[in-house]
Amino acid sequence: MDSEESDSPQRVCNSFSSRCRYLFCVSGDFIKVYSTATEECVHVLQGHQNLVTGIQLNPHNHLQLYSCSFDGTIKLWDYLDGILIKTFTVGQKLHALYTHARAEDAVFVAIKKEKPDVFQLVSVRLPRSPRQDVEAEEPCLVLGYISPSPKCVAFGSQGEYVAAVRDFYLSVYFFKKKATSRFTLSSSGNRKHAKNNFTCVVCHPKEDCIATGHKDGKIRLWRGFDDEKKYTYTCLHWHHDLVMDLAFSATGGSLLSGGRESVLVEWRDAAEKTKEFLPRLGATIEHISVSPAGDLLCTSHSDNKITIIHRNLEASAVIQGLLDIVQQEYINDYGLVQIELTKAAFGCFGAWLATVEQRQEKEGELELQMKLWTYNKKTQGFVLNTKVSMPHEDHITALCFCNAEKSESPTLVTASRDGRFKVWVLADDSDIYREAVGWTCDFVGSYHKYQATNCCFSEDGSLLAVSFEETVTIWESEAWELRCTFCQRAGHVRHLCFGRLTCSKYLLGATENGTLCCWNLLSCALEWSTKLNITVMEPDPRSENVAAVSRSSGGSDLFVFKPSEPRPLYVQRNICSEEVRWGVFVPRDVPNAFTSEALQWLNRSQFYFLTASQSLLTFSSKSPEEKLTPTSKQLLAEESLPTTPFYFILGRHRQQRGEQADGASESELVQLPLTENVPAISELLHTPAHVLPSAAFLCSMFVNSLLLATEARSAEEMPDDVAMEEEEESDSSEEEGDATEKAQHADHTDAGDDLQQQLSQLAKCQEKELRKLRRVDYSWVTAP
Amino acid sequence: MGEFKVHRVRFFNYVPSGIRCVAYNNQSNRLAVSRTDGTVEIYNLSANYFQEKFFPGHESRATEALCWAKGQRLFSAGLNGEIIEYDLQALNIKYSMDAFGGPIWSMAASPSGSQLLVGCEDGSVKLFQINPDKIQFERNFDRQKSRILSLSWHPSGTHIAAGSIDCISVFDVKSGSAIHKMHVDRQYMGVSKRKCIIWGVAFLSDGTVISVDSAGKVQFWDSATGTLVKTHLVANADVQSIAVSDQEDSFVVGTAEGTVFHFQLVSVTSNSSEKQWVRTKPFQHHTHDVRTVAHSPTALISGGTDTHLVIRPLMEKVEVKNYDAALRKITFPHRRLISCSKKRQLLLFQFSHHLDLWRLGSTVATGKHGDTLPLSKDADHLLHLKTKVSKMPAFLRSAVQILFSEDSTKLFVASNQGSLHIFRLLEGSFKHLHTFQAQSGTVESMCLLAVSPDGNWLAASGTSAGVHVYNVKRLKLHCTVPAYNFPVTALAIAPKTNNLVIAHSDQQIFEYSIPDKQYTEWSRTIQKQGFHYLWLQRDTPITHISFHPKRPMHILLHDAYMFCIIDKSLPLPNDKTLLYNPLPPTNESDVIRRRTAHAFKISKRYKPLLFMDLLDERTLVAVERPLDDIIAQLPPPIKKKKFGT
Repeated sequence: MDSEESDSPQRVCNSFSSRCRYLFCVSGDFIKVYSTATEECVHVLQGHQNLVTGIQLNPHNHLQLYSCSFDGTIKLWDYLDGILIKTFTVGQKLHALYTHARAEDAVFVAIKKEKPDVFQLVSVRLPRSPRQDVEAEEPCLVLGYISPSPKCVAFGSQGEYVAAVRDFYLSVYFFKKKATSRFTLSSSGNRKHAKNNFTCVVCHPKEDCIATGHKDGKIRLWRGFDDEKKYTYTCLHWHHDLVMDLAFSATGGSLLSGGRESVLVEWRDAAEKTKEFLPRLGATIEHISVSPAGDLLCTSHSDNKITIIHRNLEASAVIQGLLDIVQQEYINDYGLVQIELTKAAFGCFGAWLATVEQRQEKEGELELQMKLWTYNKKTQGFVLNTKVSMPHEDHITALCFCNAEKSESPTLVTASRDGRFKVWVLADDSDIYREAVGWTCDFVGSYHKYQATNCCFSEDGSLLAVSFEETVTIWESEAWELRCTFCQRAGHVRHLCFGRLTCSKYLLGATENGTLCCWNLLSCALEWSTKLNITVMEPDPRSENVAAVSRSSGGSDLFVFKPSEPRPLYVQRNICSEEVRWGVFVPRDVPNAFTSEALQWLNRSQFYFLTASQSLLTFSSKSPEEKLTPTSKQLLAEESLPTTPFYFILGRHRQQRGEQADGASESELVQLPLTENVPAISELLHTPAHVLPSAAFLCSMFVNSLLLATEARSAEEMPDDVAMEEEEESDSSEEEGDATEKAQHADHTDAGDDLQQQLSQLAKCQEKELRKLRRVDYSWVTAP
Repeated sequence: MGEFKVHRVRFFNYVPSGIRCVAYNNQSNRLAVSRTDGTVEIYNLSANYFQEKFFPGHESRATEALCWAKGQRLFSAGLNGEIIEYDLQALNIKYSMDAFGGPIWSMAASPSGSQLLVGCEDGSVKLFQINPDKIQFERNFDRQKSRILSLSWHPSGTHIAAGSIDCISVFDVKSGSAIHKMHVDRQYMGVSKRKCIIWGVAFLSDGTVISVDSAGKVQFWDSATGTLVKTHLVANADVQSIAVSDQEDSFVVGTAEGTVFHFQLVSVTSNSSEKQWVRTKPFQHHTHDVRTVAHSPTALISGGTDTHLVIRPLMEKVEVKNYDAALRKITFPHRRLISCSKKRQLLLFQFSHHLDLWRLGSTVATGKHGDTLPLSKDADHLLHLKTKVSKMPAFLRSAVQILFSEDSTKLFVASNQGSLHIFRLLEGSFKHLHTFQAQSGTVESMCLLAVSPDGNWLAASGTSAGVHVYNVKRLKLHCTVPAYNFPVTALAIAPKTNNLVIAHSDQQIFEYSIPDKQYTEWSRTIQKQGFHYLWLQRDTPITHISFHPKRPMHILLHDAYMFCIIDKSLPLPNDKTLLYNPLPPTNESDVIRRRTAHAFKISKRYKPLLFMDLLDERTLVAVERPLDDIIAQLPPPIKKKKFGT
């Protein structure tokens, strides 16, 4: 068993395929290929042994992609099929890759030279050879003393010159003249120009114009740079902080810039007064990329998100994005206090989302807001339902939904440092104009004016435990009566959780001083206690197991135990060196059958945890090679519903719940997809009229197709859906947490029989891949 | 250097008038500047940007247009409807002529310089022929609906473009008829009820007309088809002025926000002949409206309501990186506006239309070096004299410069015909003693006069010819100081030795012994060794020279940013020594003081310094005019959103 990093942050560049169908993104050692229409990750190109530092389309064949890596190789890929075509070994760490059409079978890479901070741009001739592994020829120097950042070098439109920036220099090398012009800005000696440093450079696709971004937020447009005396530049200034990246539109008609303001700025005609904005992109824009055809743009952000934007500056898709909860302008400035999202919880099987945001500029000037969002089936996203300003007088320490099956109305409990806990229920909020529901406060409880530190509902929702500093109080949820209290005098209670299933008579509490206590609710006595400095405690919804992560000097340790037994089931020391921020059990769709006793706790659920550096880790029994098999050829079902990230997490599961629960919602949901999904209809509509049989013949087929499909039938037609129906009702999203994710490494080892039949018709290799079908790969996760 | 008690005068309430027009003459490298009060100044750009000539203004003569014509002739036109020609030799108005079209808003001389075009309030464009003695009306062009605010000739002289309100007209000069009328949008990408005023037009040789207007647009029109080619929106406020370089590869526009934008014709790609106009650098040297701009081959010149004349050199056009490559900001006139009565402690301030007389305050307190002493008696405003024409001899109607002798018995008057008159002053009357006629062949007016303290010698200098020294007792020309390339900025004759000290606009200083009719030994030494490079790089001229009554080796002089005492007994500084060495602390040993001491003792404590003189051995009077006080009296600038507010 090993722990493995599931998804490292995306880095370096994005690039579009020639016909805007695919978007390439470098992620650690891999290159991911996303479909721009569906945002699905279509392929993961893997083969590099170290970080990938640059990707470029092959200028001579737009179905091929070059990539370079720290491992000293340049690889050529067929990205449609996800196949590695060739590997060229250069033998030095490659820091950036550039190509252009004029340079025949040569590419340009940035390499490090002797001294630690000196980089060179060299051209590498890639020999034509039938073999797969080829030694590249000796690199030949183009420009010395460049910056290692790939954004700091750009090639001119016709490949006649290359521009590189570093510190206060702009160097332009002309291939024909074999001469370099260097332009220097006044340096930091002068206070007014202290932040004149270059940050990025791009070249105009049609004209002899170089755009450079600067640390002080200025953009300079250089012209006439073929004459070192007559050169001239224009300044564009909107950004107040450094310009992170620049891009010209495909025709050169406009310039796009982005930075820490999280606003994409379009400068039309490169003029100061005619600029357009796309604000509220969520986080610092790290990269901007424009599709070769010019109809799409994409920005990648510091929060590991890619936004695909239409030419008319409308965001059309988000890959691995988050919901905009704060819905306010982010003003990036030092010393400015921003709104922080501090708590979030999903409730009622994903139907509700509660968020708490706070902003505190000075002591005693706390701004608190609690928002309750309801899940909208049509848009497959959350819609704001209730906004409560100042739900408490002090920081909210805990937020918890009652997730019992039988509870009539959704219930939410908040605990706060102001010494109270509040119970919120969903109530009728209709007026003469519309029918509506909204959340209102139902009960306010307190205990000796102690600060409430945590709260937790029992599995059946009948009991509520609220910890007040050192005391744990148990409340009956029927009438909100205080039943009993537990006090251990071992420091403030930090974590609380009820046992599940057979252990439901136990209540677990972890204190700040490093004590873990287990109380018996029937006897109202302490069952056992132990010394353990717990940072994360999480119960498994499918079993009695509780996972606890404790922080020790060497790192974080994982303990899995049953509340009824003081002896842990499983102990893994030092699962990671840094602090674990959160953990969650994700129930498996198909239970695993680990025979080894140590792994039995993983049979029903998969355990994921998030560390301080935002790495999401999990436990797996597979060797790394097996896990890294590309997802390949996702058979993407065309749905009429918008494919938001929430759709993949909640939509499908909820759809099934809805079908089981009541037929009314089913018909509402199912009717829409039918018309488009039935192959007969699409065939009818997409076949040219002159080759179609007579209408009379088609009529019966058409009417048949409109009849409601049976389960078996849809399974035959869409193997993808079979797997979906195989999934049991899933509570994955009910887990409360800032980080809700569903990176399913679920292995469909035994899919249904129908699927097997279907698969037998497919090619052998495809069959293999389909088995390891990884459906959703959305690890859109951030820390609080 | 010695210690002085300094009267620090800040009550000179001088506010320069805003600049309305500038006109650059390429042949003589001179710049004519007209201000809102009708004053016209001529700057010699070759002579270190020295303001060498000056025509006082008049309330009734607000100039709206200024231009040079063939043979260095300068014309102006204004809202009183008159065209004025200036006599640059005699420094007066040659003639004025009514154009009979109401107020004149614009004027342009033809590329050949032989014709003059004016645009009037009534919508008429009038063509005048420039004859050697006068201008003569030739004909009217097709009359337009509203006032003609801007005019430009096609370089071939066959067509003109005229900017009016909401439209631009293109005229054929031969027929005088409008061939195209191009309507201008009132607002960029929108509708506005405010009319769009075409503040400036420029006609290029390829037929392109560039217009700037009140909606903040710079637009390119094709005059052959009358169509709009391109629009640059450069400002949220008016774009008020435009000037194109002679090569037509760059032009400059000035906006009401105080920004000056430079546009350049840049080739699209290095190997194609296609070129496009690109806005390159913005310059923000002004706080208020830039009413006018000019484009010299090496510099962008701008002026406006904030009264500064800004000369911004174009680095790519400057051959050598000398001090000409630096930005110039000219605010104060290059002449003395203040005179001082040493005995009575009075100051006389000269304004454009009146004079103020003040008595200096006094103090009884004493203090250490650097202390500020409290006044025991405040300064008094004694007199406010407005201009008034009284009975004067006919030949005295225009005096360029007047000067009293030290003992107040004689008055020296430099008149505009190049002659000098001497009067004897009696109780309540005066008597004309003598007239020194101008040197044969010159009619150049003398602008600077200096008389020796003993009253025997009178030195007079024009703008270009050398300095003449007259013997007042014998009433004849004593000698002429050898001519020098740069104009004289200040003159003074030292007591006892009768050495004439001359400061030139290139910051050179000469000392000429009048009795010996030759340069003094000190002057030859300093010419041989050369001045310190920092001294030569100063950008304001020396406007006043005086002497210490007790220390004959000292010369006191100042410009707008420093006050200097030259001690001729000390060694001269070379380029390696520190020119500006503030007084070393008195506790330093004499050895160090002597080692660091050189002839130039400079104080930069008082600035901008308009006048500084010795009242007596131990008292100085310094008149400052802080720039903030001037800005406070100007109308408020256009409000601009400042980031972070």
